[in-house]
Order: sequence, then C-alpha cells, then structure tokens
Amino acid sequence: MKKILSGNEAIARGAMEAGVRFASAYPGTPSTEILETIAKEFPQIHAEWTPNEKVALEVAAGASYAGARALAAMKHVGVNVAADPLMTLPYTYIRGGLVLVSADDPDLFSSQNEQDNRNYARFAKIPMMEPASSAEAKDFVKAAYRLSEEFSTPVMLRTTTRISHSKGIVELGEPEDPAEASLERHPAEWVMLPANARRRHPVIEDRLKRLTDFSNSSRFNFIEINDTSMGIIASGAAYQYAREAFPDASFLKLGLSYPIPDLLVREFAAKVKDLWIVEELDPFIENQVRELGIECHGKDRIPLCGELSPDIVRDAVLGAEKKGAKPLNLPVRPPNMCPGCPHRGILWALKKNKCFIAGDIGCYTLGFLPPLDAIDTCLCMGAGINHAHGMSKVLGDGKKKIAAVIGDSTFFHSGMTGLLNLAYNRGVALIVILDNRTTAMTGAQDHPGTGVTLDGSKNIDIDMEGLVRALGINWVQSIDPYDVAMARQKVKEALEQDGPAVIISSAPCALLPSRKVPGVPLRVDADKCTGCKVCLAIGCPSIEFKDKKAIILDTCTGCGICKAICPFDAIGGDV
Amino acid sequence: MNVIMAGVGGQGIILASDILTEVAMRHGYDVKKSEIHGMAQRGGSVMSHVRFSKQVFSPIIPRGECDILLSFEELETARYLEFLKPGAWIVINRYRLPPPTVSIGKEEYPDVEGIVREKTQRFMFVEADNIALSLGNRRVLNSVLLGVLSTLLEPDVATWEECIAVKLPEKVRDINIQAFRKGRETK
Repeated sequence: MKKILSGNEAIARGAMEAGVRFASAYPGTPSTEILETIAKEFPQIHAEWTPNEKVALEVAAGASYAGARALAAMKHVGVNVAADPLMTLPYTYIRGGLVLVSADDPDLFSSQNEQDNRNYARFAKIPMMEPASSAEAKDFVKAAYRLSEEFSTPVMLRTTTRISHSKGIVELGEPEDPAEASLERHPAEWVMLPANARRRHPVIEDRLKRLTDFSNSSRFNFIEINDTSMGIIASGAAYQYAREAFPDASFLKLGLSYPIPDLLVREFAAKVKDLWIVEELDPFIENQVRELGIECHGKDRIPLCGELSPDIVRDAVLGAEKKGAKPLNLPVRPPNMCPGCPHRGILWALKKNKCFIAGDIGCYTLGFLPPLDAIDTCLCMGAGINHAHGMSKVLGDGKKKIAAVIGDSTFFHSGMTGLLNLAYNRGVALIVILDNRTTAMTGAQDHPGTGVTLDGSKNIDIDMEGLVRALGINWVQSIDPYDVAMARQKVKEALEQDGPAVIISSAPCALLPSRKVPGVPLRVDADKCTGCKVCLAIGCPSIEFKDKKAIILDTCTGCGICKAICPFDAIGGDV
Repeated sequence: MNVIMAGVGGQGIILASDILTEVAMRHGYDVKKSEIHGMAQRGGSVMSHVRFSKQVFSPIIPRGECDILLSFEELETARYLEFLKPGAWIVINRYRLPPPTVSIGKEEYPDVEGIVREKTQRFMFVEADNIALSLGNRRVLNSVLLGVLSTLLEPDVATWEECIAVKLPEKVRDINIQAFRKGRETK
C-alpha cells in the first residue's frame, strides 16, 4: 500500500516497521513530528518527551543496553546538548539498535544557527545516513537498525527541513517483531573508566575501517552512469536538486555519507571528466573526497550558506549570473506573538522598568521584533539566565537593571542549572520564568511542568515556586502578566533586591484550551482615542492604525493588555 | 505540473495542498510537496509547493517553473512571481490581510493587481472568502480555491471530491464539497 508521508512521518513509520520499542525526543523544529507521529499512530512503541536532548539520547541508550531497538530524535542544535553521551556511546557495546535522528535546518527557517550535523558522525566515528526523500527516510531507518546491530554502533540519520517537512509517496511495509528486552551485564563495554575506554578506542578505529568496506558495498551508495563529461557526488536533498538541474550528468549518490565509500568514489572519479560535489552547508563529502587525493569542484562554487535548490545548483555550477528581475520591495510578514499572548504584558513591564533583557529560545524571542524591541540576547537553550549573571557580576551586582526571560519548557530543558548557579554564586539579577504551561513555539507539546506525557496521562505536578525555592532562590513571586500594572510593580520590587529574584509570569499560552483570555474582542472608543500610538508599542497583530485612530480587529482575544496601557482609557469592552 | 499555494497561517493552505497531493497520487503520478510551516500559527507567510509528473526529484519548485500560483491572500501573490513560468496561471483570492507594518500605518498595502499585470495577463480574482461566508463557514475558502484550481487541472471531479472527503472530518465534509463545487462554477 502506498501513502503520502512527510519525511518525519516516514521516519516514525520506519521505526515501527523496524520493531523499535522505545523513542524519545525533546521537541524542536523540524524534528518534532517524528515523536508526535509515533505517539499518535504507533502506541506499541513507548514514546516520551524528555526534558532535553541529552536525556533523550541517554534513555534511548538505556533501552538499547536492555536489548530493545531505540530511537532518539532532535533538531540539529539539540545534538549539541546530547553531544556528551554521543561522544562516548560509540565506545560502548550497542546491544539493541540505536538510531539518533538529527533534523538540520539549512536556511534557519526556525533555528539559531545552521550547523551541519554530519560533522558529528565523523567526530563520534559513527555511520551517517542521509535520506533524500520520504521513501528513503523510511527505508534508511530500517537499514540503520541493521547497521547499528551488525556493527554495534549508534547510527546517525540526518534529515534537513526539506526532507523532514516535504511529503512524498512511501510504500508501506510489514513490521518486524520487536526484540525481547532482557537484562545483561557487560561491564568491560559499558563502564567507561579509562582502563576500559582505552581498550575500546581501537575497537572504534577498526570498526570505522569495516564500515568503509560496508559503505563500498552498500546499496545506499550507487553510481548512475550517463553523460560522463560531468559527474556529481551528492547526498540528501542536494542530490534531488542536482539530479533535476543536470538530468544528463552521471551521479554517485551517497545514502551513507560517512564513512564515504573510498573505492566507489575512486571508480566514479575515474569514469567522469569533471567531478562535482553538490552538498548543502559544509564540504563534508568534499573534504573526504579530497583526502583521497581526488580533485573536484564543490564549495569553490556551491554556496556554503543557506539551502540549495535546483536553480541555485544550476547557476552555481554553470557560473551563471543570478538572473531575474530586481526583487520587489514588499511589506514583510514576520512571525509575531499571537493576539492575547501573555508574554506581551510581562515584556512590556520589563521594558518600562528599563531592563536589559537577556532572552532565550521560545515564542518570547519574537519580542525582539519592533515595536516591542524587548529582547537583547538569544544564544541557545538556557543561556539567558547565565548571560544575566555573567553581565551582572562584571558590571557590579545591582548596578544595572539586568533581567532574563525564559519559558517554562526551556527552564526545565536547561534553565534550572543556571538558576542554581545564580543562587550559588549569589548573582543579582531578575529571572522571569514565562510559565505558559506548554512548549508553544514547536506547536504546544507538554513537558515535565504540565506533568502530562506523550500518551496523555498525567504523572506529576511540578510546583514551580517550590522548585525555584529549592534551587536556592529566596525572593520568588508569581504574577498574572495580563495585570500589567501589577507586573510592572513586581518587576520594580524584584530589581530592588540585593540578591537573585525570580518572577513566575503565570498564564497559559493563548492558543491552549486552558487559556485565560475571554475571547471577546475589545473596542476603541474613537472619541477618546487621541492617536497617541501607545497601544501600538506592544506589537499586537489585532491592533491597526487608520485615519489617526487605533482600531481593534476581530482577531482580538480581549486579553486587556492594550486597555491597561492606554493613557486615555479609550479601549473598552469586557475584560 | 508545478503548483504553488501561498497565503498566511490559518487559511488552510497545508490541508489544501495535502488534498492536491492525494489527488495527484490517485491519478498515478509521482508527487512531492514541500512547505514551510512551524511559525505559521504566528501570522507568518505560508507557502506550499506541490509537484507531480512521471518522476519528481526536487520537492521545491525551481524559479521560473511554476505552472499555477494559487494565492489565498492578495499581497502573498506578489512574493512568488519569480517562480512563474511564461504562460502560468495565477488565481488570487480577493482578500487582504494587512501585514504589521501596514496595520500600524508605516507602509502602504501594495497595488498587487498592478504588480501582477506587469508580469502576466493570465490571472483571475476569486471571491473565495465571500463564497465561503455565503455557505456559512469562512474556513472552507480553501475548498473554494481548490474548486477553481481543479478547473485548470485534471477534469476528474470524482477523485477530487473523494480526496476532500478522505482528508476532512465528517462534520465539515459536505460543506467543503459544496465549497469545492462553488469554486468550480467560478469563471
């Protein structure tokens, strides 16, 4: 039976067909739908959201040690968080197949960088598989489990946004029976003390040689001979682009791009006149080809930055001038915080208190955009609290108004250690936890704070204030961010503390069923509106300005933040 | 055949392109679609590429190779003109959602018809929102536009309606089929 699946859905399907028993992830675009699909369609697999990616990989490794096939999925930057276990796992005995899916994001559709995670495979000395379509995504997952068990190694499967979020036709297969889990002990291969790890390192190096042999004979690496004046080595989405741009060229398509098939590359290079390596982001394959002493074209012409497309590949290879009319200067439509978003109230309160606001990863990062202009830093998950602490220490504790904002899901991911550090080293900064009871940016996933798991059951109830106190913070206050005057007052009080202070800005995301916004639009009293534009400063998409007056659109949720800040009491309605 | 659907978050573009993809597969084509979502709920532009033929490689349409642009919002039309091949059709929903800079009076909503006319004469406006509202549910505007699209593609109405039925919950199935048929009547 054929079905149209996205790359992520195909990975989930592949995991099911491979008899995977355990899957774990922290949500992150473009990887999120892998676990969502597993949870929704394949309840026979235990699937869980973990607080962060390091946990995701480690619990999956635990399942593998117990003999089950396991999958951990994450976005590219999530692998950075999981890099610690990733680097040593290859030293250990992998019992049940273990696959790490890394969903990279060339062009940064929804990310803070565009790192090329194929480099991790080389760094960790493990195989790298790169599917080029949904059909391949499913097949590669199944093959990755066989490879993982045959060579006792974790296998990385790398998608990109265009693979994860594109759809194509997939032929569905029959599921394999999952392996029975059982407890075994392999201390020499599982206890990575220096003495054991030292013995395991040569095992990895030897395995890499055997993997190269495998790569040479693998059906995932194949040559398509056509016109031999031009030969292209490509993988992943870049293969599809190159194949379309140069339909008559010869190809060496790499599904297993690390370690590259040295013999196959030599054979191909000998057959073609001009050799090109077409790949997105880093010269990952190109460098391996050059190490074989083979000259080729690649990043001398193909862009290093951003994603490719058939026309970009064609123009780069042919050295064509970028053609086309000059771009139209159209008003942009950037993503914005939603009407009724609770973040707006507290960001406004921080801004009115003239804080430097260290940001973090989440919807509130969009508070960076004008007119709110509220976010001063954004680096990676959990960094904001630490930025605030570091800045405050060198500026002189309490001398400047330093705040950090962090969402609840991000706080559980990697904010808790930063807050502990702030308390431990007696920093003076205001940390605002934007507790909207969900992982909003990736489409509302639950997390430990809500206590609801991927299968919908509720196991725990985290007391956020209690948790913050337990981390050593004495000044903790919860506020309702829709009460803007109170929020402003509490921020002022917090900034007067001579130690760390935490405000928990507590209101559910305006898109959740549990939201507190009334859902009835407010209205502007045109007689009272002076056209002062104060309400425009919060950047709410439901407020328009026309004929020197503010107008509230029907998309208004009645959250009341604009009403609270209007100096002329011109905004009314039930709040 | 290369079709781009463009608009803003919440207009049902992803669903509409899913339906077209299903129709193409049932007609025996290889089909791929690619879209950018993730931040769509937050008012951003949404674009979906659907490609079908004997064999499809790239999931994204190269510039200059789009056959039909189905635009759910007027301004969004203008963003994708460079994707059109000569002789391509543009279907534009007569609906304007001002972007933030326009809402707050910093920029003007552009003259989309003028911009389009400079590029091609093969375009038509459709009152999809109004048709949907007349049926009692604005959200079926995507099915109205699919109806219009179907008149430019394969004539097999039954497959279209089957695919709409498969992709939609029973509660809203009939109204979407009605919307699709209304769209087909639009000239």
